[in-house]
Amino acid sequence: MEAIIGSLYTERHMNNTHTPMPTPRKAVALISGGLDSMLAARVIADQGVHVEGINFYTGFCVEGHTHAIRKKDRDKDKRNNALWVAEQLGIKLHIIDVIEEYKDVVINPRHGYGQHLNPCLDCKVFMVHKAQAWAWMEEHQFDFIITGEVIGQRPKSQRKATMPLIARESGADDRLLRPLSARNLPPTLPEKEGWVDRERLFDFHGRSRKPQIELAAKLGFEDFSQPSGGCCFLTDKSYSKRLADLWQSRGRRDYEFDDIMLLKVGRHLRPRPHYKIVIGREEGENNYLSGYRHDFPTIKTISHKGAFALVDGEVTDDDLRQAAAIVARYSQGRDSDQVQTQITRPGQPVCGYIVTVAPMSGDEIPSSWYV
Amino acid sequence: MLDARRLLCPLPVIRTQDRIAALTPGDRLTVYCTDPGVIHDIPAWCRIHGHIVIECRETDDEIIIVIEVGVAALNGNSTTTVQSDKG
Repeated sequence: MEAIIGSLYTERHMNNTHTPMPTPRKAVALISGGLDSMLAARVIADQGVHVEGINFYTGFCVEGHTHAIRKKDRDKDKRNNALWVAEQLGIKLHIIDVIEEYKDVVINPRHGYGQHLNPCLDCKVFMVHKAQAWAWMEEHQFDFIITGEVIGQRPKSQRKATMPLIARESGADDRLLRPLSARNLPPTLPEKEGWVDRERLFDFHGRSRKPQIELAAKLGFEDFSQPSGGCCFLTDKSYSKRLADLWQSRGRRDYEFDDIMLLKVGRHLRPRPHYKIVIGREEGENNYLSGYRHDFPTIKTISHKGAFALVDGEVTDDDLRQAAAIVARYSQGRDSDQVQTQITRPGQPVCGYIVTVAPMSGDEIPSSWYV
Repeated sequence: MLDARRLLCPLPVIRTQDRIAALTPGDRLTVYCTDPGVIHDIPAWCRIHGHIVIECRETDDEIIIVIEVGVAALNGNSTTTVQSDKG
């Protein structure tokens, strides 16, 4: 990065008469798809800086998956908000797959978790560091990084004390600019060097969204996303509970990508410590779950419509019979005396074998089984 | 050809982005997907990066998007027509 500092007037900035031509400075903006990062990028672009966006895909991102899976969500707008924001701003957006690297952030957060299993502070350090260390950024001579952080906006990660910590631990140091709160913070390199005018930045602070809404209106943004709790499943209480259950049942804090995807789908019940059932709540989820039929034992009701389930764990035939009775409870045969189910195990014929069960009643399923 | 079936957004976009990075202007890439979100996301990504969506076709089982690699500049001139072959 240091090599970049001295490049304000290099040969690439000279015209044919060797007169120095000022080239716009370049900034990478962390674009979440929400309002704050959109405003931050726009504020800097309006100062003549060339801005491009970067968006990190951790596997925990809310948008997309459930819309694609659940029928009830299919009528919702399926747009990817980060892409949509980039298009509104007229900037390029680079989406980076960080699924594997992000595991360490979730499993071993140096600064701990927020209200649930959300490692927000470590997440921000990770993302700024990834942007700063991104080889592409150096190759293309980008000068600084923008985020939409606002002091006091989030109780864990966006506090006055955490702002310098993020800058320091990410390695971005004074190349990290938060345009919406910049005037509440010490001047950064872009401000000190005059690449941006500090007086045209903002001093937003606190949890109120009013200043951002007003700025959005002033800049002509009428449509924008404001996901409560951010755009991450880890801020969701139910999701975090499922992840904690996954870790506890396996006796280790680890996950694969498919694990965290499956936590987003279906009804999860753990009747015994050694196995869990994931039951589709509707056709879209059943179809999605059936894509994992080669990886897990499955149970499908065949005498009545409505239920498909995966069984996660080392299970006996007796376990599967119990699971079948639970799955039958969530089929259209719940009030019938008997429901036929088809059970298959990975590596065995897809037709599996038929087990007839009496659906469990609601009273037989204790609330403690629900994950 | 890029097989992005069973991947949920934004992974089809990321795979498309990574594949196109290795192509040159004028090359074409056909992407096969199953997540309906790609009908919005891949054309949006193409528009902001100056690539052209030649075709976006939806069948009962999948979505097929044909992209022509454009110059790496923001020109916003991509056009998309979604055809439906659903029965």
